[in-house]
Amino acid sequence: MKKIVNILFLLLLIFNNPYAYSNGEDLYNHHCSACHGINGDGGVGIPLSLPTFLDRASDEYLTKTIELGRPGRVMPAFSGIGESGITSIVNYIRSWSKKAAPVYEVSRINGDREAGKKLYLEHCVSCHGKEGSGGKGTGVTFSRSRALSIIAPSLGNEGFLTSASDHMIKDVIKQGRKGTPMMSFANKGLTDKQINNIVSYIRSLEDKKRVSHPDVLPPLLVYESEASIEETLAAIKKAIVGSNFRVIRVQRFDDGYVEKGKGDDKKIIIYFCNFNMLYSALAIDPRVGLFLPCRITLIEKNGKVKLMSINPATMSKKFNNDELLKLCDEMTSLYESIMEEATL
Amino acid sequence: MKIISRWTALFILCIGSITASAQDVMIARSLLAFPEAMSSLQNSIIDHKYTLSRVQRVDIGLKKAGFKTDLYRVVFFGKQEELKWISDTHPELSAYLPLKFAIFAEKDETVVVALNPVLYSEIADEKKLNVIYKRWAEDIKSIMSEFRKSE
Repeated sequence: MKKIVNILFLLLLIFNNPYAYSNGEDLYNHHCSACHGINGDGGVGIPLSLPTFLDRASDEYLTKTIELGRPGRVMPAFSGIGESGITSIVNYIRSWSKKAAPVYEVSRINGDREAGKKLYLEHCVSCHGKEGSGGKGTGVTFSRSRALSIIAPSLGNEGFLTSASDHMIKDVIKQGRKGTPMMSFANKGLTDKQINNIVSYIRSLEDKKRVSHPDVLPPLLVYESEASIEETLAAIKKAIVGSNFRVIRVQRFDDGYVEKGKGDDKKIIIYFCNFNMLYSALAIDPRVGLFLPCRITLIEKNGKVKLMSINPATMSKKFNNDELLKLCDEMTSLYESIMEEATL
Repeated sequence: MKIISRWTALFILCIGSITASAQDVMIARSLLAFPEAMSSLQNSIIDHKYTLSRVQRVDIGLKKAGFKTDLYRVVFFGKQEELKWISDTHPELSAYLPLKFAIFAEKDETVVVALNPVLYSEIADEKKLNVIYKRWAEDIKSIMSEFRKSE
């Protein structure tokens, strides 16, 4: 019995643990490189290998960032990797720098929050947004020029505030980050006291609660039509055009899988698009191609036609990107209004 | 006591594996430029015994509409018999099928993303379907792993 348990334990360790990578580089390549680049030069995520990033980011900051992520700002929490896995990744990222990791005091900075707020509104809000909401968009592909290698972080994000100490935030404000739009505010003439005030204001953003989307949403939008599939399709097309969208393709569900002309006429997909909306969505998050362009599926069974679409509001929750929520809510309303009109 | 602690460790590892693998949106990067990465992705899909039904050229549509964009495509794939069976027996799943990858250029490299099919259990949660979702998820992971290593 003991032998069997031992063997099972070993087998599980070797084969069943998705995080059983041998070192930090492997872990980084598996979990981080898709967004941050294989050499850490950025993409959807920030350029981690930028010297002025690593010179000011403590190991504790990197560790907590990986562990907690940035709720609502694309970067997921990787707590499942485990403490040793995260340490391996941090060590690997640190190996890109010739300098030792900075170590910051953990004590809080007690500045004047109100004075800090005024300074924040004067110097920081244009990039970091109201109440530290952060820069808009993600990914160099659609929302950022390649010359601009970073989006201003959300300073009010609970993941950021838990990861960054007051003294680290102060150091970044003082020194800036060469190679990004973040300038040195010491060079711009702000005094130590003024910077302390800004830090205290940023820390006070911890008290602002993030607005969360309702958790339980149906993954599907489904309507039924009494009309034939042909009539329903014509009604959907009319409703799509009436909503300022363009029908881009109508196909059978099994087109491409069966011989041409032998597809099932009772299972139809209609694709439609508004390119302004598509472009805006891709600028917010380049991953949304997984549910765009818009699509409604029609299936006729037992004389009834079902109209179905994904629920964008549900989908948006899978992307950990709060910027998508509003747009996806609008898309859900649009789908509902088109399908409602087509089934009247 | 030793045995009990081993069992506990086993249990924790199993739970850890399940939790850790629950990625909703899967993502991978290839050092290859878009044309080569796209070709590698398509070959890998076919090697995994799927039919590649269509490639939607999102960037072409955007460019025609006057937008500046990098290369961006959506690749649809599936297995005919599975798609037929599922759309006959669980038509509600059809809105999420066929399976797809979104693939886009990032400078000289290429990024691919996919939705984890295990999420479909939120729509239809049955033993037979769950086996299929899990297999799809494993295949997508394997395709992405090959994509990551493609040269």
